[in-house]
Amino acid sequence: MKLQVQKLYTDFLIIGGGTAGCWAALAFSENSNKKILIVEKANIKRSGCLAAGVNALNAYIAPGKKPQDYVDYARADAAEIVRGDLLLTMAQGLNRAVNGLEKAGLTILKDEHGGYAMRGERNVKINGENIKPILARKISSNPQISVLNRVNAFEYIVSGNRICGVYAIGIDSPVLYVIYARAVLCSTGGACGLYKPNNPGFSRHKMWYPPFNTGAGYAMGILAGAEMTTLEMRFVALRCKDTIAPTGTLAQGVGAKQINSCGEVYENKYGISTSQRIYGTVVENLKGRGPCFLKTSGISKQQEFDLYKAYLNMAPLQTLKWVESGEGPSMKNVEIEGTEPYIVGGHTASGYWVSTERETTIRGLFAAGDVAGGCPQKYVSGALAEGEIAAKSALKYMDESFFEIDGKEISKRKQWLESFLNRLDSEFSTDELEGEMQAAMDKYAGGISSNYSFSEKSLGIADEKIFEIERKSENLAALDMMSLVYILELKERLTLCRSVIAHLAARKETRWHIFAENSDYPECSEKWKLYVNSKMENGKLNIILRPLVKEGEFYEH
Amino acid sequence: MSIEINKEKCVGCGRCTEVCPGSLIKIGENSNAEIKEPQRCWGCVSCAKECPVQAIALFLGKDIGGLGGRLFVKKEESLLHWTIVKPDGRKEIITVDSRESNKY
Repeated sequence: MKLQVQKLYTDFLIIGGGTAGCWAALAFSENSNKKILIVEKANIKRSGCLAAGVNALNAYIAPGKKPQDYVDYARADAAEIVRGDLLLTMAQGLNRAVNGLEKAGLTILKDEHGGYAMRGERNVKINGENIKPILARKISSNPQISVLNRVNAFEYIVSGNRICGVYAIGIDSPVLYVIYARAVLCSTGGACGLYKPNNPGFSRHKMWYPPFNTGAGYAMGILAGAEMTTLEMRFVALRCKDTIAPTGTLAQGVGAKQINSCGEVYENKYGISTSQRIYGTVVENLKGRGPCFLKTSGISKQQEFDLYKAYLNMAPLQTLKWVESGEGPSMKNVEIEGTEPYIVGGHTASGYWVSTERETTIRGLFAAGDVAGGCPQKYVSGALAEGEIAAKSALKYMDESFFEIDGKEISKRKQWLESFLNRLDSEFSTDELEGEMQAAMDKYAGGISSNYSFSEKSLGIADEKIFEIERKSENLAALDMMSLVYILELKERLTLCRSVIAHLAARKETRWHIFAENSDYPECSEKWKLYVNSKMENGKLNIILRPLVKEGEFYEH
Repeated sequence: MSIEINKEKCVGCGRCTEVCPGSLIKIGENSNAEIKEPQRCWGCVSCAKECPVQAIALFLGKDIGGLGGRLFVKKEESLLHWTIVKPDGRKEIITVDSRESNKY
């Protein structure tokens, strides 16, 4: 198979049309009449984390609260390793983003005074089943914004540390796109599928994060020499067993407590930060007091019916499970478990090291949403707020000229991709190598089967194994464009795995249980109140330690 | 967990093939929508919400305790009518209005 080369030009290129990317496009168009192109691997109508929907916006500043309160909460949850400047600027944009979503057509629950009905101090209740179609409708009615659906970006075009555009391939047709832009936003989302999932058989993709988010943005940045931060702060979610459906709706919505198999409430013993909730569950299991549950039995039939509806709006399979088994949550407690680790900057702080304006260390390349680091607890509204900040910064930057790459460089990429397409057979399949990678990460880099724990020695083994799988992946064969995309996805996961391993090894303490459970250094240390960053130079990954940045500071590279 | 597509019901409109976030559904040789690798499905239900004839059903894989029930969804303006067909064939219908917020 031969690839056709197609060149495209735009002013503002957005890679990934999920929550942050779509909002960035809209924010940019409100402030400029320049052209915007969204390159999206799937279709923006239902792509990214919010495909199934979401039933609350978890980041909102309630009346009487201040953006600084949100910063304090996120800082405590992340045990200090956050960027104050990023959190504060994000928090200042949260309510504008939520109001904007409501104006676009999102249903938000109101109280008797016409304000938003709060769930706790930071959450507003919504009907978010259609949140992506709402965003997509706004995009399609905007003449400045074009969308290339089903086109998969895989490598930045960079010249002298300045972004020039991106290489991408078509999923439906054999096209190599060379896309040039005056500024670029990376909003590809985070990464899953690095570790063996909870259910590695038929239901292996029934996971917390979209299995189609494979870390393209991280890998492209790492390979282009962008500085990355806090990749060692992995995210593990506490979920309903089997369906991997959310537990927050049960805990916050009907006040269900975490109990062990003896019926004892154990959450108070370990703390209620995200990582402590999972840590408690793991320890209870290890001490023989598992399995653990959310105590829902005894809730009213009305509460149960409202839960059925709430889950249909975000994780419909949980409702199917309750109804098909005939055992709803009012009768039976819901068993819970931790997921495999993910890398996701919207919940923890992993991702690109950015300036206060959200520019990465590559000139003209901005980052927002799950791919941007230093700013955890973004959730949906934070990703929108960050998209808006990044779009405005990109507009200020706007390089006047396009820098076009040498034709030889394009031919090199074309030949490399065609080598996979023209190989008739391969010793391994992409799926087999993916399984090998996930098994190695699970066992040696702190996956579920090792209770999320690792040591310097085990990380060394993981790195060797991943290096070997990387070597094998060069000889894979692709039957069609979709299987070529699967090869590229595997390769980007492998690139990210090696960076995650290096970060886990670099932080010689255990600051966050579960997220980075270092068995050589089981205690938290004052000395490590700093960022672990990394940067690839001449093929070698170097670790850089940086002091904390507080709110009020304006950080530039 | 995954989806199954009823060939008799499918009219081949292709709307499910457009929205699948994993690009997993294709129009096959008989002009019907097909999913070749159901194990890659996330279970987001985007395809079933687009289907004009309810040819797409969701189910829980046996490996995660699925008992054989099926979940269908029909969109009618702001309403989503969800039908759960239990393993014994009995049906339960739950309607959710997108203008009504989640209570939790």
